[in-house]
Amino acid sequence: MYTQGLDQNGKDDTRPTATAEAELMARFQARIDAEEKIEPRDWMPDAYRKTLVRQISQHAHSEIVGMLPEGNWISRAPTLKRKLILMAKVQDEAGHGLYLYSAAETLGTPRAEMIEQLLDGRAKYSSIFNYPTLTWADVGAIGWLVDGAAIMNQIPLCRCSYGPYARAMVRVCREESFHQRQGYELMLALCRGTREQRRMAQDALDRWWWPSLMMFGPSDNESRHTAQSMAWKIKRFSNDELRQKFVDTTVPQADYLGLKVPDPDLHFDDESGHYRFGEIDWEEFFEVLKGNGPCNRERIEARRRAHEEGRWVREAARAYALKQKQRAAAAAA
Amino acid sequence: MEEKDWPLWEVFIRSRTGLSHRHVGSLHAADAGMALQNARDLYTRRQEGISIWVVPSREIHASDPGERDAYFDPADDKIYRHPTFYDIPDEVEVL
Repeated sequence: MYTQGLDQNGKDDTRPTATAEAELMARFQARIDAEEKIEPRDWMPDAYRKTLVRQISQHAHSEIVGMLPEGNWISRAPTLKRKLILMAKVQDEAGHGLYLYSAAETLGTPRAEMIEQLLDGRAKYSSIFNYPTLTWADVGAIGWLVDGAAIMNQIPLCRCSYGPYARAMVRVCREESFHQRQGYELMLALCRGTREQRRMAQDALDRWWWPSLMMFGPSDNESRHTAQSMAWKIKRFSNDELRQKFVDTTVPQADYLGLKVPDPDLHFDDESGHYRFGEIDWEEFFEVLKGNGPCNRERIEARRRAHEEGRWVREAARAYALKQKQRAAAAAA
Repeated sequence: MEEKDWPLWEVFIRSRTGLSHRHVGSLHAADAGMALQNARDLYTRRQEGISIWVVPSREIHASDPGERDAYFDPADDKIYRHPTFYDIPDEVEVL
């Protein structure tokens, strides 16, 4: 997923005229319509590049911040098996963040700049990670619901028009399935356990259900980016379509666990073959997005601290690499 | 000190013996040794590889996608390079 290091032959100085630009634009859209992938050095409209940098970097930030709520439980996992699973999962999230940062970088934005935007609060990440993980059951609920919702969102992204993003998503999706299954299995263990454990599982579902539905973003008539992103084939399904799909697959899974989805309006509609669900509290969604969720400050502070505390390591590694290089050069001379 | 990213590396992985290395992505690392270790942790967590190459991204030189058609068109009109160009009677076997 290379970007910076390519031969430009100094050819990029000439800006296209308006007619040439329109022609480029038409050719670009024709390629998209023909399901061709766009690659890093291909011509693309500025807005396409900007949209992708925003979306992919936000996605990367979400993976990285997403390590925090679950990381919270690594030292308190109930068994060694669960601890190993959770560590592997959190490590995967780090990996997903890194695949995505490299995909975003191919569009010409340095990684340091994206990280800076996250740390100074300019960049957004998925709101779901601003909720606390209060009990061990939350680890199961996150795997089952949050990763389940993420998979719904991400599978269509494997066919996204931008090559590096699509390829990164193929990897991510392949790994994500383990995340969801371990979560569901954890919930299953609790639901087959004592009354207290079942209560804990139900409580986790009660708290994570609505935020999980919010993960698909504002409803279609509110969503600012949907139409253009669909035309560019960055997005393949609308927020509401994906949300409906998630509800349809998840409700029977809750039934199997013997848990009750916390929505009095939820019912199966025979005519459409879909579950109908109640109104989402969009005020809560926008509040959390604005930074007023239960853990927004804590999450960013944790990221800043990790970044600051790692600074000396980054600098030392760089200095060591330089010294080794100089030594090798001196020895060769 | 204003700190910038470590250099960018492209990662190539051989997934099984007998196959060639294939580009899988990129990462940042201070030097080649660290790039190899990071590549192992990032791209082979599930036995995806048995050998890794890392190359500084700035060392990769690429053809210009804008000139793709002109660049590759010398191959377009040389159908005689393909075996199907030649008419051989059916009776002739093993050819």
